[in-house]
Amino acid sequence: MNPVPDIFRILPEVILTLTGVAVMLLDAALPPHWARRPLGWVAAIGTTLALWGSLGQLSLPEGTGFSGTIETSAFTVFFHVLICGVVLVALLLSLDTLPEDSHHQGEFYALMVFGAVGMCLLTGAVELLLVFIALEISSIATYVLAGYRKDTARGPEAAIKYFLLGSFATAFLLYGVALIFGATGTTQIYEIARLVPTAQNHSLILAGLGLMLVGILFKVSAAPFHVWTPDVYEGSPTPVVALMSTAPKAAAFALLLRVVYEMLPTLRSVWQPLLWVVAVLSMTVGNLAALRQQNVKRMLAYSSIAHAGYLLAAFAGLGNTGIAAASFYAAAYAAMNVGIFAVVTLVSGYDEKLPLIDDFRGLIYRSPLLGSLLIFFLVSLVGIPFTGGFFGKFYSFSAAVGGGAIWLAIIGLLNSGLAAAYYLRLALVAAQQPDAQKPVVPAHRVGIAVGAALLLAVAATLVLGIVPGDVLHAAEAAAYTLQAPSTETSAPANAVDLKMMMP
Amino acid sequence: MHLILFLVFAGFCLGGAINLLIQSHPINSALSLIVVMVSLAVLYLLLGAEFLAAAQVIVYAGAIMVLFTFVVMLLNAGREARTMGSRAARSIGFPAVVAILAVIATVILHAQSLGVARLSDGLTNVPGQTNIELLSTVLFTKLLLPFEVTSVLILIAILGAVALARHDDTDPQGSAERTDK
Repeated sequence: MNPVPDIFRILPEVILTLTGVAVMLLDAALPPHWARRPLGWVAAIGTTLALWGSLGQLSLPEGTGFSGTIETSAFTVFFHVLICGVVLVALLLSLDTLPEDSHHQGEFYALMVFGAVGMCLLTGAVELLLVFIALEISSIATYVLAGYRKDTARGPEAAIKYFLLGSFATAFLLYGVALIFGATGTTQIYEIARLVPTAQNHSLILAGLGLMLVGILFKVSAAPFHVWTPDVYEGSPTPVVALMSTAPKAAAFALLLRVVYEMLPTLRSVWQPLLWVVAVLSMTVGNLAALRQQNVKRMLAYSSIAHAGYLLAAFAGLGNTGIAAASFYAAAYAAMNVGIFAVVTLVSGYDEKLPLIDDFRGLIYRSPLLGSLLIFFLVSLVGIPFTGGFFGKFYSFSAAVGGGAIWLAIIGLLNSGLAAAYYLRLALVAAQQPDAQKPVVPAHRVGIAVGAALLLAVAATLVLGIVPGDVLHAAEAAAYTLQAPSTETSAPANAVDLKMMMP
Repeated sequence: MHLILFLVFAGFCLGGAINLLIQSHPINSALSLIVVMVSLAVLYLLLGAEFLAAAQVIVYAGAIMVLFTFVVMLLNAGREARTMGSRAARSIGFPAVVAILAVIATVILHAQSLGVARLSDGLTNVPGQTNIELLSTVLFTKLLLPFEVTSVLILIAILGAVALARHDDTDPQGSAERTDK
């Protein structure tokens, strides 16, 4: 029935799992006094291989494997490449910035790679049980990584807060899955999509959708489920924030796209207004709160909430346009956000000796390279042309207008103006003359690994901003495969055929 | 008979759950959780899910709760203190819980034909097949991938527990650097 061996359907995940296990075993096998840094290189090479393997999946015919639990299509490949790219950048960043004497470095790299396994599975899963397990893998890996600075008071606090609230949110998602199973009798996403239009228990499905949305929107830190974000970002090590503010969010957005556009497209009239409200709330709350922050990481945390709002605006778009815009925005956001957190890590260091905006004063004189990179990423976050941020916002808001949500686009544009205030404040502070009285703290040396990481992030942001065509085509292809019914499912997806089949 | 058993154990379950929340001493809460778990097992049994009931007793009421009570005893955890925050959480939490319960109750009461769930192919109840047979067939055919992937989940949980909980034999150099900051 299935000409493609199942193992090829999960090729990137297999490579990543093997890499994680290899890192773990090598860590245990190496003598205790040896440096653990080479393990980071092993993890980075494994992630690169997974990225390449994922691109190789493009040549497979689109379809599902393992009895319809996992899908490979342009959509999954798009998000796999995005996630593997972000994890690669975060690994390279950690390679150079983790202190030599820090404990459990091997576990650190292994957890990052295992987290990527969960995120990749999450984007490919078409079975709600697998969705749940994949979400837990990616979440637990990030909970642990968030608490890695055990010697500070904020590290464990961040991990506990993230863990408790995150588990609570996952429980909502699981309850939603249970209700949808109760209404349709299956957890396979295509089957649910087929059964929902004729299901008797409409109210059960609605409640299930609502509970699932709560769980997913928590993971993307959209308002009103955003309260954990600033505290967790402030307490976690910055290389980890670079990872967890981008890759798990991209995966969660992929899941959201799958749930609303593929599983429950018939309930558009229900989820679209809900996401409209959440988008407006996220943008406004995120930007207003970011204006008042003094700590750079807290400011960027609120900015990431606002960006979740801009991305959700794309969900107002109809069909392919909305999916393509959301996927493109996810890529642009990941590139620039991982970049800016890389710069922040290098400036303030793993121990965060320089956490405040004022500490960035005169950065461009202290370190011209880091200063100009910081300003570059800030400009992209504002959404000025020739950067990825501009086209991301452009496509997202035009998708919203195309879907008839003109007010949403107007509120989004007003918010972008508001956001420019705090981004440019940080940029101006970095460009000011340094304070003569303050002792100069030397910025972190830019090594090979972190140089490669920054180069990747800058290149991605520039490519998305200057020649967005290729990525946009990829996003459109992704959108097309998400909507089209898979060829291998025996069940026809549209309701007309269904009625003919039913006695 | 079924109805009486159901009512009795559902009552135990609810009572245990409410007691768990009211008690301020962790050990009392842990013991009420055991009551909840065991009554849930009986409810599963009444629904005809023998395997699930057995697993519930062995895994939850047995292994996990024993571990829970051990940890509570070892840490010698005392009574919870009432703070401003916990009072505020109480005053917001209770109405929120009531609201959520009301919504879910309405949904379930309005749902039609909630008799026997219609299950999709691999899950249909074939007469003559036991619960365990059915479960294992589904687990090793249709749901093979989620089942296998659970191993990664358990692996990272162990990895994370080691990374977070193991005492670092701190070298004096590193800790001195951090404290003098």
